[in-house]
Amino acid sequence: MSAMNALRADSGRGWTTEIGGTIAVIALSGDWIGRANGVETGAAPRILNSGVHAVTFDSGQLGRWDSALIAFLSMLRDAAGKGGVAFDESGLPAPARQLLALAVRAAAPPPPPAPPMLERIGLWAMAILAEARELAALVGATILRGGAALRGRALMRPADLLDCMRAAGPAALPIVTVVNVLVGGILGFVGAIQLRRFGADIYVASLVGITVVREMAALMTAIIMAGRTGGAYAANIATMQGNEEIDALRAIGIPVFDYLILPRILALTAMMPILYLYGCAVGVLGGLVVAVAILNLSPLSFLAETRAAVDFGQFGLGLVKSLAFGALIAIAACRFGLRAGRSAADVGQAATRAVVASVVGVIALDAAFAICANALGI
Amino acid sequence: MPARIDVAGLAIGFGDRTIQHDLSFTVAPGSIFAIMGGSGCGKSTLLRTMIGLQPPSAGSIHVGDEDYWAASDERRAEIGRRFGVLFQSGALWSSMTTAENVALPLRMLTQLDEPSIAALVAVKLALVGMAAASETMPAELSGGMRKRAGLARALALDPEILFFDEPSAGLDPITARRLDDLILELRDGFGTTVVLVSHELPSLFGICDSGIFLDADSRTAIAHGAPRTLRDECDHPTVHAFMNRERLAHERR
Repeated sequence: MSAMNALRADSGRGWTTEIGGTIAVIALSGDWIGRANGVETGAAPRILNSGVHAVTFDSGQLGRWDSALIAFLSMLRDAAGKGGVAFDESGLPAPARQLLALAVRAAAPPPPPAPPMLERIGLWAMAILAEARELAALVGATILRGGAALRGRALMRPADLLDCMRAAGPAALPIVTVVNVLVGGILGFVGAIQLRRFGADIYVASLVGITVVREMAALMTAIIMAGRTGGAYAANIATMQGNEEIDALRAIGIPVFDYLILPRILALTAMMPILYLYGCAVGVLGGLVVAVAILNLSPLSFLAETRAAVDFGQFGLGLVKSLAFGALIAIAACRFGLRAGRSAADVGQAATRAVVASVVGVIALDAAFAICANALGI
Repeated sequence: MPARIDVAGLAIGFGDRTIQHDLSFTVAPGSIFAIMGGSGCGKSTLLRTMIGLQPPSAGSIHVGDEDYWAASDERRAEIGRRFGVLFQSGALWSSMTTAENVALPLRMLTQLDEPSIAALVAVKLALVGMAAASETMPAELSGGMRKRAGLARALALDPEILFFDEPSAGLDPITARRLDDLILELRDGFGTTVVLVSHELPSLFGICDSGIFLDADSRTAIAHGAPRTLRDECDHPTVHAFMNRERLAHERR
């Protein structure tokens, strides 16, 4: 292109155009390395809006190049195609022409329009209803198949049940011990400081005993088990879902509920009352240690006062609560595991949701128990 | 610049167990190099050693002029940025869309602005024929599409060397052939060096310029050369049986 009929000129990073008449000659120069230089995205409209009918290339000065050049050229080609401008690629290096042919851009489908507000509310309500139905079905299946299991008619392997029981019981003892001892000790401290002012030192034993047996042992154990075992159930089942292991069980005809869900729910429900009783014992022990250490009490008088203060009804309430908590945690965890998606992120989400729902559920249920117990005078 | 890889006296293994020893070969710049062998012979482990996931128990790997495993961890990571890897099932990050998967290396490892990243991501997805699926989550993609998306991500930083672990495994013959053609076209276009692990004979014969054949019994390489040459000229019974899809002589009855 001689300088005489080069009417206008323009340039950008690594390119200059000379426009003669209706033809733009784009001279490419230097290195086009994407990770270092990026891609100039505004160039295509600038070149094409100058009223040209064709673009050609001169790559004599072109240095090293990678996908940055291809990105630039394919943007230019797409824009030229839309504007009816001829795109003559004969001046480009052969490998670039080959890649350009490969990079034919299929238009992404437009995103589906967002449904109107009313429809969204409707869909949301239907999703909640469907979830409630699933949950009811799971609770119903637990009762029916649990009954069958007690009569030895469920397709559940005893080894699986024992394995789940070990994981939900003895394996949890250390952390149940630590938390309940500390809670008992804290109650002992708080009680001792307040009651000493009235000379009512001995009633620390009643305070610790009643609080631990009625509320704290069941509640703290349930919260620990929701985080520890509930989270593990949800993550485990969600991972199996992602690996198509659950589909494999279904395809072979092994009932997923009997094989996978039932042993978990039964194990956790059976272990919770035992862990509760254990939690009561170590909680009272924690209170005893603190009371003996900071008050002028003997261990024997502490135990005698505890025995007098805590009657069987309070243990009964605690046992019923821990059974209900165990079932709630196990059912919630299995449900969140089963409804999880199939990706790695879904596993984490299932575990988080299971733990949050179990903890909130346990505390709400505890409040309901407190109201009922009050009405019944326990 | 496409890089050359020199492997010398390499041994790989777990603890006391040697998987392969005495491996020496050169991958020429811009060539497609095949790591061949039967199941369980250590092909994938060799690949993991070459991409920095598992240290070798002896020997060296030179990428260009640098000793890959003798370099410091930081330096090795820098060399690794010149690599692109396509894992067997794509290994897409499941919480991100296809486009975000391709964009992440650019966002984390370069200082590019958003329009540049968007343009580079778009061209990479277009190159592998996945432009229409840029906003799709990996879980919604088919096996072949997942590999294509994984390839787009492997191309994100314009690597000098591309590693493929069983690129055609689990794909139907037509899809596998398309992926082979794509590998070939990308190599021709960008001049990338390609190392691939495979036991799919059509891929090996179709696209590979050179290769190494690993044997599980003797735990070392028993043949070097282009797969087609090995098929027609190699006398070793295992290689001959592998390349011609025959049973070994002592197994016949």
